Amino acid sequence: MTDLQPFLKSLISASGLSGYETPVRQLIEDAWRPLTDEVHVSRVGSLHALKRGVGAQPRPALLLAAHMDAIGLMVTTVVDEFLHVTEIGGLDPRVLPGQIVTIHGRRDLPGIIVQPPSHLLPPDNRSGPAALQNLLVDAGLTAVEIKRLVRPGDLVSFAQPPIEIAGEVLAGHSLDNRTSVAAITYCLQELQARLVQWDLWAVATTQEEETFAGAYTSGFQIRPALAVAIDVTFASSPGSPSHKTFPMGKGPTLGWGPNVHSGLHNAFKKVADRLEIPYALDLMPRHSGTDAYALQVAAEGIPTMVLSIPLRYMHTAVEMISMKDVARAGRLLAEFAASLDDQFMDNLSWDAGLI
Amino acid sequence: MTPKSTMQVPRISAAQLKLLERLTNACAVSGDEGEVRKIVLDEVRPVADEVKVDHLGNVMVIKNGQGKARLRVMLAAHMDEIGFMLIQNEDKEEGIFRFDVVGGVSTSHLAGQSLLIGKDHVPGVIGAKPVHMTTNEEFKNALTVESLRIDVGPGNSNLVKIGDRATFATRFSRVGPSLRAKALDDRLGVCTLIELVKQAPPNIDLLAAFTVQEEVGLRGAKVAAYTLEPDLAIALDSTPANDLPAWDASENTRYNTRVGYGPAIYTADAATLSDPRLIRHLAETAEGAGIPYQYRQPGGGGTDAGAIHKQRAGIPSVSVSVPGRYLHTPVSLARLSDWKNTLALVYLALQRLSPDILQAER
Repeated sequence: MTDLQPFLKSLISASGLSGYETPVRQLIEDAWRPLTDEVHVSRVGSLHALKRGVGAQPRPALLLAAHMDAIGLMVTTVVDEFLHVTEIGGLDPRVLPGQIVTIHGRRDLPGIIVQPPSHLLPPDNRSGPAALQNLLVDAGLTAVEIKRLVRPGDLVSFAQPPIEIAGEVLAGHSLDNRTSVAAITYCLQELQARLVQWDLWAVATTQEEETFAGAYTSGFQIRPALAVAIDVTFASSPGSPSHKTFPMGKGPTLGWGPNVHSGLHNAFKKVADRLEIPYALDLMPRHSGTDAYALQVAAEGIPTMVLSIPLRYMHTAVEMISMKDVARAGRLLAEFAASLDDQFMDNLSWDAGLI
Repeated sequence: MTPKSTMQVPRISAAQLKLLERLTNACAVSGDEGEVRKIVLDEVRPVADEVKVDHLGNVMVIKNGQGKARLRVMLAAHMDEIGFMLIQNEDKEEGIFRFDVVGGVSTSHLAGQSLLIGKDHVPGVIGAKPVHMTTNEEFKNALTVESLRIDVGPGNSNLVKIGDRATFATRFSRVGPSLRAKALDDRLGVCTLIELVKQAPPNIDLLAAFTVQEEVGLRGAKVAAYTLEPDLAIALDSTPANDLPAWDASENTRYNTRVGYGPAIYTADAATLSDPRLIRHLAETAEGAGIPYQYRQPGGGGTDAGAIHKQRAGIPSVSVSVPGRYLHTPVSLARLSDWKNTLALVYLALQRLSPDILQAER
């Protein structure tokens, strides 16, 4: 059995920016292979792992999707011994100066994101925060070495080591959304000793931070009866509005909005209530900002749910989560999967309204 | 570059790099220098003639020379670093603290950083509002200290207390020709001075002051210079290398210093006009020994020399720095060759010192 916190630490120590997820996918594959019956990799690099159910054929399938790609940077130009970068995924340039990074050049190089002194910046950017295109990355090497080792298009990923905090709290980069990969792993472990009627597809998707290419294509290829996107949501933290955030360490959140099938939402809620798993209601009036947006419209359309884990300081190198929430989310997924029977789809209705 | 001189100069090898690693990883915010002080005391006690800790926490070390007419030469390197103090536990349950800065912290480098807090090095982070929730208007404004918080995690407020100091959690590393760490300003100076105490040239009495509170007003050096009463003084520090490219590829003429160009000799900063005899002595020593050196561009900033040169009836003073990029941020960067050349230059300059230098016209 994989110990969850060391596993999640290893996941956030691996690179895997959107479109380049292979390093982290290999770690997930190692963890999921012994927990599932069949594993393959999709055309866009998503990991599909099937745990067969025991129900009669044709068995419906439940798809659990967590995106494994991470935000980061990409080299645009090389100037002397310094690099200019652009973003992969959404980044606030104000959280970048002083960050240690890994430059994935001809070999991996340690670097620092730096803000040049104001007199070296364009006149219109000499007061206030430096724009992303005016920041530099310094690898501590000479211009000759940099020219040899780094090219435009090379990836730059965060290198902040995981920070273990008392009370089962973990901080670091890429916890969005490796945290949810850990939750699916917990679910698979929980189900090892259980009889589940349905097939279960554990999926680690790619490119969520850019185009949702992984979720669109995995939804199409697997064609599940139901899909759940597991992602992180905003935890209450200094400066964030209280009406859009959720307490960290007090349970996962259940999404509600157009990307979420209302009947499926209610089914999750019933399981959580029965097991006394604490949760909050996560209102998503438009785009959920998760893989559910893509899964819902794959092929002929899929009833979709969003389950989220509260995370502080999203899209910084010091994102923070509670391992307790990972376990609760994983347990809720396992119990929901185990609750599925051959009547479930017949009883699923859009017209239920929020119970 | 290797000095041409055949004279034995102290070298920087694995042992010195290991010491620099311990020194930079230690946490010693101005006013709370104990961790570095302990390392310094352990290193100098076995080799010094006298060691004492004064009323402010300066470590004062005397290494006597031999022979007649020895100059009393003060060398100062500051033990303290910039950092933070916790000032209010704003949300006890959630582990959220207000903080203030100690010294000239670059406040544009705080959001997204990892910290070590208090004597137990409790981990904490400075987060930021998620980019998803930030308005276009907010992006235009810098994240101020007032808007940021230190977070030690829910339920963990009791692991730290207000009044605790915090530093960046950055660990030392070597990268190609470079050294990367927090607090290279001024652990490079501290490490250099430890080596000089261990291998002091015998023609002088070496008065080493490992000072406190440099970053909050050169306060340790002021009393250290009074007590030591030297004939002349050299401050060993690290100074900014702003040698980055300009946005429009025009020549960067305001670089202060450049990494890889050797030790930086000070002519003038905002706190000191260096004694011209000492400037000449350093430059002549470097040229004679084939050690690369550079003059720090005259301008702002200050070192312990700012307090020392005005002490008592006046103490001829100069500063020598290892150039460092990104000082006062979470990660600074210096070249190993500059450090080696700084140690060699100061050692050889000390070895060439005689009382005559103070008889010359300024």
